[in-house]
Amino acid sequence: MTQTWNTSEPVTPEVRTYAAVTGVVLLLLMFFGVLLRMTQGQWLGIGPDLFYQIMTAHGIGMVAIVTLGGMAVIWHFMGRYLALHRAAAIANLVLFLVGVVMVLASIFLGGYAAAWTMLYPLSSHSLQVWSDLAASGYLVGVLLVGVGMLVFYLEIARAIATQYEGGFKAALGWKRLRTGNKEDAPPPPIIAGAVCTIGNLVGTLFGAVILVMMLIHVFLPQFAFSALLAKNFIFLFGHVVINVAIYMAVVAVYEILPRYTGRPWGVYPAFILAWNATLLMVLTVYPHHLLMDFAMPDWMAFWGQIISYASALPVFAVTLVGTLANVHRSGMRWDLASGLLVLSIFGWSAGIVPAVLDGTIAINQVMHNTQWVPGHFHTYLLLGVVPMLLAFMTWIGNQGRAGQFGAVRGGTFWLYAVAGLGFTMAFLFAGSAGVPRRYAVHLAQWVGYDRVASVFALLVLLAAALIILPAVVRIATRGRTVAAAAAR
Amino acid sequence: MYQSLALTVTVLGIALIVVVFLYFASSAREAPGDGPSRAARWRNGIFWVMLLSFIPITVYSLTLVPFPASVPAGGNPLVVDVVGRQWSWSMSRNRFAAGRPIEFHVRASDVNHGFAIYGPEMQVITQTQAMPGYTNVLRHTFTAPGTYQILCLEYCGLIHHAMKTTFTVVAATGTQL
Repeated sequence: MTQTWNTSEPVTPEVRTYAAVTGVVLLLLMFFGVLLRMTQGQWLGIGPDLFYQIMTAHGIGMVAIVTLGGMAVIWHFMGRYLALHRAAAIANLVLFLVGVVMVLASIFLGGYAAAWTMLYPLSSHSLQVWSDLAASGYLVGVLLVGVGMLVFYLEIARAIATQYEGGFKAALGWKRLRTGNKEDAPPPPIIAGAVCTIGNLVGTLFGAVILVMMLIHVFLPQFAFSALLAKNFIFLFGHVVINVAIYMAVVAVYEILPRYTGRPWGVYPAFILAWNATLLMVLTVYPHHLLMDFAMPDWMAFWGQIISYASALPVFAVTLVGTLANVHRSGMRWDLASGLLVLSIFGWSAGIVPAVLDGTIAINQVMHNTQWVPGHFHTYLLLGVVPMLLAFMTWIGNQGRAGQFGAVRGGTFWLYAVAGLGFTMAFLFAGSAGVPRRYAVHLAQWVGYDRVASVFALLVLLAAALIILPAVVRIATRGRTVAAAAAR
Repeated sequence: MYQSLALTVTVLGIALIVVVFLYFASSAREAPGDGPSRAARWRNGIFWVMLLSFIPITVYSLTLVPFPASVPAGGNPLVVDVVGRQWSWSMSRNRFAAGRPIEFHVRASDVNHGFAIYGPEMQVITQTQAMPGYTNVLRHTFTAPGTYQILCLEYCGLIHHAMKTTFTVVAATGTQL
């Protein structure tokens, strides 16, 4: 199938709600992030107890909200090809909101602060800093969010299996590879959506299993298990979920950018191979989080390193090159949405560089759990997946029409881009200097990095607010349809 | 050394990506020609160039091993037992001679911790995880005398940031410490 935009598209209430919730929660969690950096920079006097609570909320919240935002993107664009049951999206949202309330209550009322990675057995071993009730409330809350995700992806899986001709084999592009017929190529939202669905069904199941095991351990301490096994499950789950969030959101690039350039996104054999390889790699690369766990088999560490390097290929060779090819001499119009889309591919690509380096065992030995780690993932989240989501919100808010890239919007865009890059570079420089991540209190020689980061963080927050708030208002008031290819 | 290598490669790599994006962004407004852009026609070629360059780069990256857990200590290693607990470290000794291979046997008695050795200049020298139920063996030979610090690099609760201790490395004197 070839991308066509002959008619205007409805934007369903569930997509608009997902997008609006994503925008508001993103702003709140960015504000939390600013508080963390300003505390490390000794500009705020937040104590370690509240610092680690905010850190836990910022981490788990960001993972959850970029996932919800990515879901909005694939629900909208897959909906052009599949009839999806609205009830699944509503159930997911309800479970998400109930889970978030439980998580926030456990953190800010119960004092729970085991970080979003909640490495076993920290949840049930806080030295009385938080109660078993707070721990269980957090674990159940995350579990509810995960159950909502399962409902959401099972609905997409059902729709692909029963409605898409050729089912998953065709959706994954295998039919196109077998027949060599261009007409058999799945449209970008279908192949990306199929990969995300399989990836997150597997990842979420691993997460659900370890959450239940940890929950039992809270109330039944004699039910103990291997901390290393738990780490494997947690990082498999965590790695898959956060990466699939990017893979879902990038569909906004595949679908919206071509409407600006007038060039359909090419689904050619290398693109199909790259997405299939991505599915295999995202499910198996997680040992690169465990390179400093020498109790792990050596072959898994080597595997983690090799797949870390290989994971960069699809991004660089397919999405980066595809984006540049799509915009090159296209005569496209720049506006906030198109600018954010191109920025997002820059951020994703740029983040790959420090990420791959950190996946090298020898480098990981001096960088692991320093600020190099938030440095690399903020590069492809703050400058990658978040701009994808901001572009999607802006595009819906503008009803699919190209806007003006005047002084205010242009200035806001460049403020976000430059401050975002400055913020991530402060993390990377600090990481290379050995500054640990997740420290509530920093040594005097580290404070300079924190203050530079704090200034950039405040500027990013300002720019994000100037992008998100108007977009959310427009989504609420008029974003019920997006025009056909009127973005040029 | 690896820190500055990683930072240099990252800064140069990101700067290159910035330049590429600025070039393509500035060319985007130019009037479109017929058919796909020249960049699109290069797409498959770029893919294969990247794939072929990936193989030697990955093979080279593997030569940066030996993997820390597999490095033979050599000589007559001194075994040091290390236990991490919320929120302190205990080490069976805290004074070593430069040049003497050390084997740190690292474990935890409660939750996960990160056993990271910082040198006198507060740079990370090496590290491993400290886990309940497992002993990670970290081998290292100190070359420079001075005061070293152990910091916890795996978040472990309220006082994580203060979970520190120090040890001393003295110049080799012929008498093994």
